[in-house]
Amino acid sequence: MDSQHLNPSSLKSRFTARFLRALIKINAQKPISSSSPREIFQRYRRIKVAADKSMAYSVRSRRTWSRATLWKLRSQSRRRLASSGRRSSIKTRTTTTTTITTTSTNHRAAIVEKTSHEKENKEDHVGLAVQAEELRELVPGGESMDLCNLLDETAHYIKCLTTQVQVMKKIANLYSLE
Amino acid sequence: MSSQRSTSSNKITDDELNALILRLQTLLPQLDQSRHGRVSAAKVLNEICSYIRRLQNEVDGLSGRLSQCLDSMDLTGFDAEIVRDLLQQ
Repeated sequence: MDSQHLNPSSLKSRFTARFLRALIKINAQKPISSSSPREIFQRYRRIKVAADKSMAYSVRSRRTWSRATLWKLRSQSRRRLASSGRRSSIKTRTTTTTTITTTSTNHRAAIVEKTSHEKENKEDHVGLAVQAEELRELVPGGESMDLCNLLDETAHYIKCLTTQVQVMKKIANLYSLE
Repeated sequence: MSSQRSTSSNKITDDELNALILRLQTLLPQLDQSRHGRVSAAKVLNEICSYIRRLQNEVDGLSGRLSQCLDSMDLTGFDAEIVRDLLQQ
């Protein structure tokens, strides 16, 4: 991954620009008077979505995990528009497993029902396959990847996550000093 | 590791797998190779999972922090100067 901080086309720059634009939009929507806890919570949710969306869009190489994230975010917002408060199970296009996403604060905690043929126990490294199951639940889109892709996507995902944390931390520090 | 090949289409070689696991190990600050040398693949994956969870929680926490900050944030005076400052270490 590009580690040149001043490179305008680096992942970090792209993410920063997108995320800041989103923050400005969210900031503009807040009421004039100080916010209620509920409003703050909604803002927190919007910010979290903006952070994930900004990162997923910034991943120019079009990774499986970023596609999965965007798909999940889009289907979540579609559901919210259709009817607020409805919780339903969504069949993913790309996998044969059923992912049930809730509108809880941790939208990444997807419960995956594994079908029997997902258990790649025929692989050489059976021990690894078992460990990989946990990883599949953490990496977006992980359920449909083979082990090699999963490990590859994981490396990229982690790099993006650390960039995301780094930038968000800087912004938070910058504005909590004011 | 046994080299029994299955008839699955995922004919990953041991070397490929080890290379991928090794790359993941380099991403883990706590499993620095100079101190730990080769670590078992299972342990690497274990640590990777914890690391991902930790990072995701950090994003969560930072989103919360930002939602509080936004109350007092004045983002209208935003410009390239701030962005540049942000991106410099």
